[in-house]
Amino acid sequence: MSPDSKPQSPGGSLLRRVADFFVNGNAVVITVLAFVSALVIGAIIVVLATPQATRAWGDLLARPGAALGASARAVAGAYGSLFVGSIGSPGSIARAIASGRASDFANAFRPLSETLVSTTPLMLAGLGIALAFRAGLFDIGGQGQLILGASGATLAGFLLPGLPQAFHLPFAILAGAAFGAAWGFIPGVLKARTGAHEVITSMMMNYIAFNLLTWLLTTELYQAPPRDQTVSKTVAASAHLPLIAGQGLRVNLGIVLAGLIAFGVSWLLRRSTLGFRFRMLGLNREAARVAGVDIELHYVLAMTFAGLLVGLAGAFMILGVDFRLSPSYGGTIGFDAITVAILGRGSPLGVALSALLFGAFDAGGRTMQVNTGIPLQLVEVLQAVLVLFVAAPGVIRTIYRIRVARSGRRVFGGWAG
Amino acid sequence: MKKVQAYVLTFALLFALAMAPAFATGSSEQSSQPAKTVSFLAGEVTDTGGIDDRSFNASAWRGLQQAQSDTGMQIQYLQSTNQSDYVPNIQQFVQKKANIIVTVGFLMGQATSDAAKANPDQKFAIVDFSYSPALPNVLALTYQTDQAAFLGGYLAAAMTKSGKVGTFGGMNIPTVTIFMNGFVAGVRYYDQKNSAKVQVLGWDPDNNQGTFTNDFTNQEKGKTVTEALMNQGADIVLPVAGSVGLGAAAAVQQHNAANPDSPVWLEWVDTDGYISAPQYGSLLLTSVVKGIDVSVKTAAESALKGTFQGGNYVGTLANGGVSIAPYHDFDSKIPDQVKAEIETLKQGIIAGTISVDPKSYPAPSM
Repeated sequence: MSPDSKPQSPGGSLLRRVADFFVNGNAVVITVLAFVSALVIGAIIVVLATPQATRAWGDLLARPGAALGASARAVAGAYGSLFVGSIGSPGSIARAIASGRASDFANAFRPLSETLVSTTPLMLAGLGIALAFRAGLFDIGGQGQLILGASGATLAGFLLPGLPQAFHLPFAILAGAAFGAAWGFIPGVLKARTGAHEVITSMMMNYIAFNLLTWLLTTELYQAPPRDQTVSKTVAASAHLPLIAGQGLRVNLGIVLAGLIAFGVSWLLRRSTLGFRFRMLGLNREAARVAGVDIELHYVLAMTFAGLLVGLAGAFMILGVDFRLSPSYGGTIGFDAITVAILGRGSPLGVALSALLFGAFDAGGRTMQVNTGIPLQLVEVLQAVLVLFVAAPGVIRTIYRIRVARSGRRVFGGWAG
Repeated sequence: MKKVQAYVLTFALLFALAMAPAFATGSSEQSSQPAKTVSFLAGEVTDTGGIDDRSFNASAWRGLQQAQSDTGMQIQYLQSTNQSDYVPNIQQFVQKKANIIVTVGFLMGQATSDAAKANPDQKFAIVDFSYSPALPNVLALTYQTDQAAFLGGYLAAAMTKSGKVGTFGGMNIPTVTIFMNGFVAGVRYYDQKNSAKVQVLGWDPDNNQGTFTNDFTNQEKGKTVTEALMNQGADIVLPVAGSVGLGAAAAVQQHNAANPDSPVWLEWVDTDGYISAPQYGSLLLTSVVKGIDVSVKTAAESALKGTFQGGNYVGTLANGGVSIAPYHDFDSKIPDQVKAEIETLKQGIIAGTISVDPKSYPAPSM
């Protein structure tokens, strides 16, 4: 994932290099093994949660084959539905291509579409949190920044109906970005000016945003007439993100823009002076100070950028799929983004891939719930176990007897920043 | 190395075992079917609260569970984690060809009608939302809970010793404030009839303002708000806030233990609290029951029998969609005369001769 963690094997054959790759724990290998391990633990939970399978284990001695068979069926059913629900079933995709009917097409590609819809906000918010990580900042305020971004986009979306889309949509997106940036700016300034820890201040900003939203939804400005329900007015069609796969599917321009933004953030971190300073700050604050980086200014900038990106996540949810605000908007996406950023090890490519994985879990989890009756919480446990393993690579190294990597980047600098 | 490995594996297994009961209970509810099963699937899409929110999601799910045990139909739910989940969750059940899809709450109104129009043969029921014009394949269930809350308000006014009763809501939205409006109307009716001056704290129907926790789950908030109401002198409290009401009950229990001479009582909402929160049963005068479970059960069973009809259903005292629960422990403490008056009032509301709108009665002069 990162250039510095590639194994540099001293000559040797290809075979030797492959062996080295696996034995010397590199980040990709650790992540893949963490994924496999999480799936194994998930499988155990699936078996325990499936009454038919647990009953079969009850008479294990009498009929050992039945126990294994029932367990295998349960696990295959769960993971099969996760796959079909997130990517689609090859059969129906083939049928759709053969028949060419729009409704078949929509049904066949709906899983993929839903995966991308779930991925979009996770990717953008994950990029924001990851950017802060790289500058040595732990932004817990994703939830608040997302709510603010969504509020800004909604406001611009319903306040200016009748504008041409070419102007209205970018304006609504920018409004969301600006609101999110403002919500990130505050903890940044508090840290720069007073030394208040961003973990505490950004978390408090979440509570403020949550209650601000509850209040906004009772104001004349936001609340939809006849002003009896706590939902906002609806965004005008001219500010909607255009659908990119036809009317029947919710996947929209948001995922494309999110991908481009990921490239942008990657460029920022790798190639720009600003990104270089962020990384210096994250690696060693004192060294950065000695090298002449204005630390205070860059704390503020990093938090503002992080807020901007997370704000975009909220904006894209509103302008792409929801079109109106409701209380506690966004669910737990602001927190899930922290997990995505950790899993992606703070690199934009890693974040994009993790967001895609979590988006697939989201979409597949629904199908799994419907087909097997296994509650959605299994998916959350899978995600948590996965990240646990990634965050504590020592566990994976121990299980699979992998030697310590020669060099590795820490994902974030730790608590006492 | 070996040792560490063993530890890790043991940990993983213990972890899995520890997690298992949580899933096992969740899924056994879903899959424990009676001996005879019918090839009929009723699916519920819950709001973010999930089926154990002790509020409308839970009531709707209980209705489906009762339908399952009566008829052997299969039932299933999908939990939404945020607003963007409504559409794909409904779509999941459509694709699974569920025989009826139950959705819950105002926020799902749009997603449900969109899906209903796109799939005209698919049957739906939605709780706490109505359409105008009505949709042919959606049964929209709403409840005139103010009719039952009126009776609760009258009872509270008749039973208070301090001359002050209180109420608070989870959020200032119509499905909550309709309870509070009915409650205040009942109190005002009592005052007018008996030239009394019972005061209601926590809700002002004339200005649409009152006490709200802005939360349906945080019991600590229910405790704080109830303590404030009791400090202002309220000795009967009606919490309209889902499981926040449990916090109110805890506060009342504490108060009564410390002040046995001036006890405070509660009225429950949505379900008969004597059954759904039995640990506080002895504190409950009565409950203002909103029959979500009964009407969801009826909807699912009608779809099974082939008698399903779309349209708007309104639960009232007359059709039993709303009611007040039995007095249980208070049966002997409530004077027979009050009980008889409440029965008369009920008939009057059914006949339409008594208004349950608080604005039909003079506001108490301060």
